[in-house]
Amino acid sequence: MPVNDTFHDEETLTLTIVAEFAASPQRVWDIYADPRQLEQIWGPPTYSATVVDHSLEPGGRVTYFMTSPEGERFCGLWEVTAVDRFTRLEFRDYFADEDFTIVESMPGSSCVYTFVATETGTRATYESVFDSVEGLRTVIEMGVVEGSTGAINQIDDLLVG
Amino acid sequence: MKALLDDEVDALFQALADRTRRDIVRRVAGEGLSVSDLAADYDMSFAAVQKHVAVLERVGLVTKRRVGRRQIAHAEVGPLRTITSLLTELEDHWVERVQRIDDLLAEDEPAGSRD
Repeated sequence: MPVNDTFHDEETLTLTIVAEFAASPQRVWDIYADPRQLEQIWGPPTYSATVVDHSLEPGGRVTYFMTSPEGERFCGLWEVTAVDRFTRLEFRDYFADEDFTIVESMPGSSCVYTFVATETGTRATYESVFDSVEGLRTVIEMGVVEGSTGAINQIDDLLVG
Repeated sequence: MKALLDDEVDALFQALADRTRRDIVRRVAGEGLSVSDLAADYDMSFAAVQKHVAVLERVGLVTKRRVGRRQIAHAEVGPLRTITSLLTELEDHWVERVQRIDDLLAEDEPAGSRD
């Protein structure tokens, strides 16, 4: 598995994933810059993703929907806040309705993706900060992940031993 | 993993969204404690602590047993395990996503130059 590490910060509701890829940062960046590639990696196979709008620049939007096995559509959108081509992408990820209007009642998350060249390729760091535990719960219901495990993770300690 | 209804997941998360309630669950995970013992350590009324315990009871995270005149609260690990599985599932999704990225990158022609 190319995943090196996953860790949480309960205080800040942050989930961080570190992965190493055997490809250059430019190549990894391509996945996010090309909506057809992004579709292939964004959702689990059972929730196929379709990217509609795709503007990867500050102030730009990426809109997408995922289709559940039952045919139900879940819409989402990114509001891109910062782009450093090939190395860094920052965006707010929101739930949206069918017209790609942000659903204000659903908490979003802030995402920072960084890609650093290494001797063997790229170290990608995916950081998501959730607005609330409620947002995390919603994501669980969708069967899709971009969330933090949040404060509840503290309870894990109880189950050890 | 036992499939949960959305409402049950909601209730579990709401029960655990409170710092005091998380603390209570941690404290009664081992031996169990009476509500009075619990209440002694919080800067709130006995009634407030009782309410927190009642919320935890409703979602099945805590059960109360009567021992003589005291009520002893115990944590139930079943629902906790369920939550842990849900959260592990979240991480698994990310691990899967990274794997998909890896697979996509592997489709590139080896040593082929891309523009």
